Amino acid sequence: MQRQVALIKQSLFDQGYLDEQFMELEELQDDANPNFVEEVAALYFKDSARLINNIDQALERGSFDFNRLDSYMHQFKGSSTSIGASKVKTECTMFREYCRAGNAEGCLRTFQQLKKEHATLRKKLEHYFQAS
Amino acid sequence: MAVGEVMRMEVPAGGDLTVTSPELHVLAVDDSIVDRKVIERLLRISSCKVTTVESGARALQYLGLDGDKGVSNLKDLKVNLIVTDYSMPGLTGYDLLKKIKESSAFREIPVVIMSSENILPRIEQCLKEGAEDFLLKPVKLADVKRIKQLILSNEAEECKNLSHSNKRKLEEEDIDSSSSSSHDDSSVKDIPSSKRIKSESENRSSLL
Repeated sequence: MQRQVALIKQSLFDQGYLDEQFMELEELQDDANPNFVEEVAALYFKDSARLINNIDQALERGSFDFNRLDSYMHQFKGSSTSIGASKVKTECTMFREYCRAGNAEGCLRTFQQLKKEHATLRKKLEHYFQAS
Repeated sequence: MAVGEVMRMEVPAGGDLTVTSPELHVLAVDDSIVDRKVIERLLRISSCKVTTVESGARALQYLGLDGDKGVSNLKDLKVNLIVTDYSMPGLTGYDLLKKIKESSAFREIPVVIMSSENILPRIEQCLKEGAEDFLLKPVKLADVKRIKQLILSNEAEECKNLSHSNKRKLEEEDIDSSSSSSHDDSSVKDIPSSKRIKSESENRSSLL
């Protein structure tokens, strides 16, 4: 069981879903706080679902308020960085580049990719926390 | 913040300082719920008491600086360090820093700024305004430990200086009042050191 957990974790790192920040968070766990990372992850997914919703609505309206979109993405990138969600973070950065360039199509494309990465990470982490 | 309220000092006759390890009370300000959770954990692991708030406005409210309550709860709060995110809606971390440094009651509290963006002019601006340090996010345990050490050693310096100046004062009084010509340190033992430091710092805060 332990070996399986280790393997799941290793693949998450090897495939670039997580970076060393995730390990830093695991270091903060102890016997008194054994579920710290899982708790942070829960907060992250709840918060990022809200942000995704906001961005979806803003994009659906068709009016590309790049400042507002960039502001949402700044928050998204921030929390993704804090949990070590590497691929999601990369998509956030790209989205912000498109915002700054005023490239609506680029934003839309990147956002689809971001949602995909986000959903994948969520599933993988659920699996990981269940196993450990 | 009165220095004497944080440090418990024993000053034996020889004059060496022994500092018992105090618990810092840290006010952490961040609009990100994820980051608040992480910074709280980092600070708790570093044996600090933590209060987290989600905005600069809330931070000012907590300190009693928002004009509503005044500074009546000063003594109860005893915030020893403020750690704040830079980019927040409404009051930025920089705005908060400025308000704290403008306040006579709270300007002595060290303020540390956190930011995910490594922008040199921003860092310089904060340090110039009196920030103790600037941390790049994601903040690591090593950062927090370093900051804690910095704060504690600053306060130890201050206490040491206070204690030495107190000692000198007492010795001078002793010379004036005493008819004997001996000037040994035993006179220092008569007044408990924590009381001396407290009254000294009370004098200081009344001047602010």
